[in-house]
Amino acid sequence: MTHPMVPRLWWITRRRRETHDTFTVELKPSNGSSEFRFAPGQFNMLYIWGAGEVAISISGDPNAPGSLIHTIRSVGAVTRLMQKLKSGDEVGVRGPFGSCWPIEQAVSGDVIFVAGGVGLAPLRPAIYHVLAQRKRYQRVVLLYGTRAPADILYARELERWRARFDAQVRVTVDHAAGGWMGSVGVVTHLIARARFDPARTTAMICGPEVMMRFTAMELEKRGVPAKNMHISMERNMKCALGLCGHCQYGPSFICKDGPVFSYERLKPLLAIREV
Amino acid sequence: MKTMNNAVIETRPQFVLERSDFNRLIEILHEKGYQVLGPRLRDGAIVYDELESGGDLPAGWTDEQDGGTYRLKKRNDEAIFGYAVGPHSWKKFLHPPQVRLWKARRKDLKIEVAQEEQPVSKKAFIGVRSCELHAIAIQDRVFLQGPYQDPFYKLRRQNAFIVAVNCGQAGGTCFCVSMRTGPKVTDGFDLSLTEVLEDVRHYFVVESGTELGAEVLAALPHNAANEKEKTSAEEVVKNTAAHMGRAMDITDIKGLLYRNYEHPRWENVAARCLTCGNCTMVCPTCFCMTVEDTTDLEGEHAERWQKWDSCFTTDFSYIHGGSVRSTAKARYRQWMTHKLATWIDQFGISGCVGCGRCITWCPVGIDLTEETAAIRGSEAPGRKEDPHGNGNT
Ligand code: SF4
Ligand code: SF4
Repeated sequence: MTHPMVPRLWWITRRRRETHDTFTVELKPSNGSSEFRFAPGQFNMLYIWGAGEVAISISGDPNAPGSLIHTIRSVGAVTRLMQKLKSGDEVGVRGPFGSCWPIEQAVSGDVIFVAGGVGLAPLRPAIYHVLAQRKRYQRVVLLYGTRAPADILYARELERWRARFDAQVRVTVDHAAGGWMGSVGVVTHLIARARFDPARTTAMICGPEVMMRFTAMELEKRGVPAKNMHISMERNMKCALGLCGHCQYGPSFICKDGPVFSYERLKPLLAIREV
Repeated sequence: MKTMNNAVIETRPQFVLERSDFNRLIEILHEKGYQVLGPRLRDGAIVYDELESGGDLPAGWTDEQDGGTYRLKKRNDEAIFGYAVGPHSWKKFLHPPQVRLWKARRKDLKIEVAQEEQPVSKKAFIGVRSCELHAIAIQDRVFLQGPYQDPFYKLRRQNAFIVAVNCGQAGGTCFCVSMRTGPKVTDGFDLSLTEVLEDVRHYFVVESGTELGAEVLAALPHNAANEKEKTSAEEVVKNTAAHMGRAMDITDIKGLLYRNYEHPRWENVAARCLTCGNCTMVCPTCFCMTVEDTTDLEGEHAERWQKWDSCFTTDFSYIHGGSVRSTAKARYRQWMTHKLATWIDQFGISGCVGCGRCITWCPVGIDLTEETAAIRGSEAPGRKEDPHGNGNT
């Protein structure tokens, strides 16, 4: 029996710089075969030769399983080395792991995506899916906040989505020098101007923990039920199998019960520090 | 392999093995190809290690245990299991401190990963206590009954032969009666023993729990136990149950801890806790591990290892430039809340079997039975909300 800690090998076919610290890689299986099927919101464990393994969300299109796409921000020892990856390099992949965004539960109602910083990457597969099946949903809102104009992830795609007549797309930055004509301020400020029917809205929120918490509180004020809001949690993770114990969050394991959780379930814990 | 279940326990036939024939058990297990592991004296403690023969068992020794204290003492008889559990648990054999998972080679940028071959080694454990059987059953749930299994653990588990012992003496920090995990062995063993010491006679009342156990017993000189011998064996366990060193009130323990994430007692214990992690290392159910990936200097060979880890390190919860649980308070709270409360939601069972090791081997004698009692005794009246909304066990 293969040990679930043994990775499969994939090679990098494309590498694209997104921002000064974030890049996207596209992978194909080394043995040439299989497709990579996943559900929006799931993640993989990516292994880089000798240096280690990290959990990275899958950020490609779930309806195009021919290639596997990851957007990575270099913040730790392993991801910093990953920044040096180039096409032709091999990496280890284990996955997909975890729960997914409630794209089916959201059908026939309004959908609001709220992303902060690199949190747009785990949401992108759900955005692709909803836009591809646009008719099955009512209003679609995407609110995105990041630090500065230079940190905007997937800028060209955001522009394309914003040009659609069937989606409300707004971008804000925390601070900007001259030349930025868009909004400045935290992403929660964009909620007031968005049009959606709170009672029948599904919210998918991804970003830093405080951002997700304040966004959910704001949406709750607008009348979105807590059970209709979903957030994606991050914790230290060593195995993604529910065996290493690192990603515990109260009674949950982020790797197998999450990473996507209903806000209703986590709300009380989010208010406690250092859980 | 035998797993614990809640089925009605039928009475098994009981046999008697004389002390003078006991060492044969170890010989037979050796003959059957088992590495025999059991209690022996080492560095001032009774630890679990390889036994060459029955002579290696700590005959005539006992231990005195209390918060932060462990001392060996001579007994005034020749009991071979006359002590409680020591610093080791069977975890070190079933879930070893370090395991290599795979090796890989890289040539011309092509990586080849080869899974570690697991040598099938048969191990016999001599003297497994009831709390330890429960601890093994708990680790079975963790490693074998989740969405992903640890195949190496499974192999080690399948190749273990378990000789259980009903405790003849409770340790100063034992509280298995409170946790309903002992002292009587009920299930999950191949053979079980009760050691009986009478004025002139020293013998064991034996039961077999599996066919393999019966086979080993058949190879030993034995007789059917008579009523008197059975009663004597029963008295041994009853007496142990009546002398627990500690007790813990587990009434709605999950709800209690879920309601008290912010109890001031956590600050109190944090002021004493050294965050050394000893409690997690000695605990027979603590399973957390880390994964280490290494390469050689030439960068041609890489390996992946899993190693025991402890939630008391700041690294354990490190993410994006900081530790989620940076304070001792948060780390102690995580450990104890996991053991006694969140574990129940995760695996349907408590993570504590009441073996008392974490109390004995804590350098400052922190005692979870005391900590839970302190929280229970001073729960703020207003603080009845459970952050997980499901506090009722
Ligand atoms: S928490 Fe302490 S008493 Fe409970 S099983 Fe672990 S070491 Fe034994
Ligand atoms: S409770 Fe005791 S053994 Fe556990 S980390 Fe704190 S000082 Fe160490």
